[in-house]
Amino acid sequence: MAFSHDEVLKVARLAQLDLAQEEVETFAAQLGHIVQYIEQLDELDTTDVEPMAHGAGVTNVFREDQVQPSLDREAALANAPNRDAECFRVPPVL
Amino acid sequence: MSDADIVLVIGLEVHVQLQTASKLFCGCSTKFGQPPNTQTCPVCLGLPGALPVLNKEAFRLGAIAGLALNCKISPIMKWDRKNYFYPDLPKGYQISQFDLPLAYEGYLETLPEGGEPKTIRIIRAHLEEDAGKSMHDEAAGTSDSRIDLNRTGTPLLEIVSEPDLRSSQEARAYLDELKLLMTYLAVSDCNMQEGSLRVDANVNLHIPGPDGVIATPIVEIKNLNSFRAVERAIDYEAARQIDEWEDRGLRLGEAPKRTFGWDDQKERTVEQRQKEESSDYRYFPDPDLVPVTVTTQFVEQLQQGLGELPAALRARLQSQYDLDAYGANVLVNQGSSLVAYFEKLAAVSGNARRASNWVQQDVLRVLNETKTNIEGFPVAASQMGELLRLVENGKLNTSRAKDVFEEMFQAKLSLGDAMKSLGIEEVSQDALVDLCRELLNANPKVVADVSGGKQQAVGALIGQAKKRNPNADPGSVRKILLELIQQMG
Repeated sequence: MAFSHDEVLKVARLAQLDLAQEEVETFAAQLGHIVQYIEQLDELDTTDVEPMAHGAGVTNVFREDQVQPSLDREAALANAPNRDAECFRVPPVL
Repeated sequence: MSDADIVLVIGLEVHVQLQTASKLFCGCSTKFGQPPNTQTCPVCLGLPGALPVLNKEAFRLGAIAGLALNCKISPIMKWDRKNYFYPDLPKGYQISQFDLPLAYEGYLETLPEGGEPKTIRIIRAHLEEDAGKSMHDEAAGTSDSRIDLNRTGTPLLEIVSEPDLRSSQEARAYLDELKLLMTYLAVSDCNMQEGSLRVDANVNLHIPGPDGVIATPIVEIKNLNSFRAVERAIDYEAARQIDEWEDRGLRLGEAPKRTFGWDDQKERTVEQRQKEESSDYRYFPDPDLVPVTVTTQFVEQLQQGLGELPAALRARLQSQYDLDAYGANVLVNQGSSLVAYFEKLAAVSGNARRASNWVQQDVLRVLNETKTNIEGFPVAASQMGELLRLVENGKLNTSRAKDVFEEMFQAKLSLGDAMKSLGIEEVSQDALVDLCRELLNANPKVVADVSGGKQQAVGALIGQAKKRNPNADPGSVRKILLELIQQMG
């Protein structure tokens, strides 16, 4: 399956990536190949195969509703590119 | 075509915060109002390598809510990542449920004011984690937004209705009933100020035309921070869509779904952005969380534990205590604690109607005035019940009983002490007769007037009796005076 330029640009927008024109060309081809590869699965007959929700085959893993200590604020904010005494700071959000 | 033929179509998405101590996938506290960024950990900050684990209580509360909404509970539910970028969403995705939600296909019976009861279908109810909070920095010179991630990962249940609502009043009735149900079950405190209940409304119009009904593009209204705002926003949006239809004539599918915000000050909806298509969120199963299977025994156990829900309670109050629909509604809408108070009061006082009247008029008035709830009400139901029994047995008249009630909650006194403090003692029949006889002897003119047919002349003596003994019941005094005069004549 071939990818159109518009589709590449849309995926790039959703991923918040700016692509140069050559990159659009490159990714259109590469994404097309990836989807083609995946499409091989369509050849399998899955009529009698149960749908699978998870690969681990494990279900019902819970924790009790108990409060555990949180990180210190300093530790929580330590990796922030921009911060003040209390909060993460980011470019203005509407 | 007139505006009257246009059908307003509304579906609501309601997020309720589940009442857990810790977050949905980590042990951070969900307590409201703590200093920013003091309730986070590697899981809710989305740090690499951190693994979420499901909070059992959040799952249980979600299942209870689903059952109370008459939903089916999925035998298997799973978790999906909803991908989008926003600064208050540190992982770049929200853990939610896409194709196998916790609960689906339910309904809620609603009671629109002044209208007929109406059943609103529920499409689904699924669990998801909340995002953080963005705050615009007011400080001069910067335009940054500040991000507090305390709320990130708080458990939410998103309840999605079918577009069965046809007016802002019906939307209001649905929300009232939903909130009541969630608070009855202690699934959520539904505190809108603290963001524990949030509403998005999907609104469009069905317009009859020569070639059948035309649907206009759907608008989702966000930022509805009160039920009042929901009503106003729906009414505003309906009018706006009629204008837009007349101007541009766009049909459903000819324009993308749009998101509007409600501006409470300006009382208008404002376009925010074009709504993403579901596929734009690129949902996929979250590999970090395993599915949850639900047994029928578990569901039955929860079903049995639901107890009496508001709709059933309204019906029982009407049949068991002979209350009218309005009265039963007022009591039930105040919550289960108030209903328990009323039932105790009815039992002790021996008169359910009187108990209902007193709760509706006096207790609720005091609770409103003092901004408290029934849990903090100083007059115990047993004490109040004894007071009403005195009225029931004719030992205290209603106006005197109200004085006693006032004294009981103002001074926080027991019934006995309140009566003592007001100097109220039971006056024996003999004492009353003696008093009346004295008054009649001292007032031969009144006797003559009454005997002559001017029965109202006795009023002067009732006033005097009250002055001589404030505990004398005016009704009894009147009766005795008239009897004595008759005997004299």
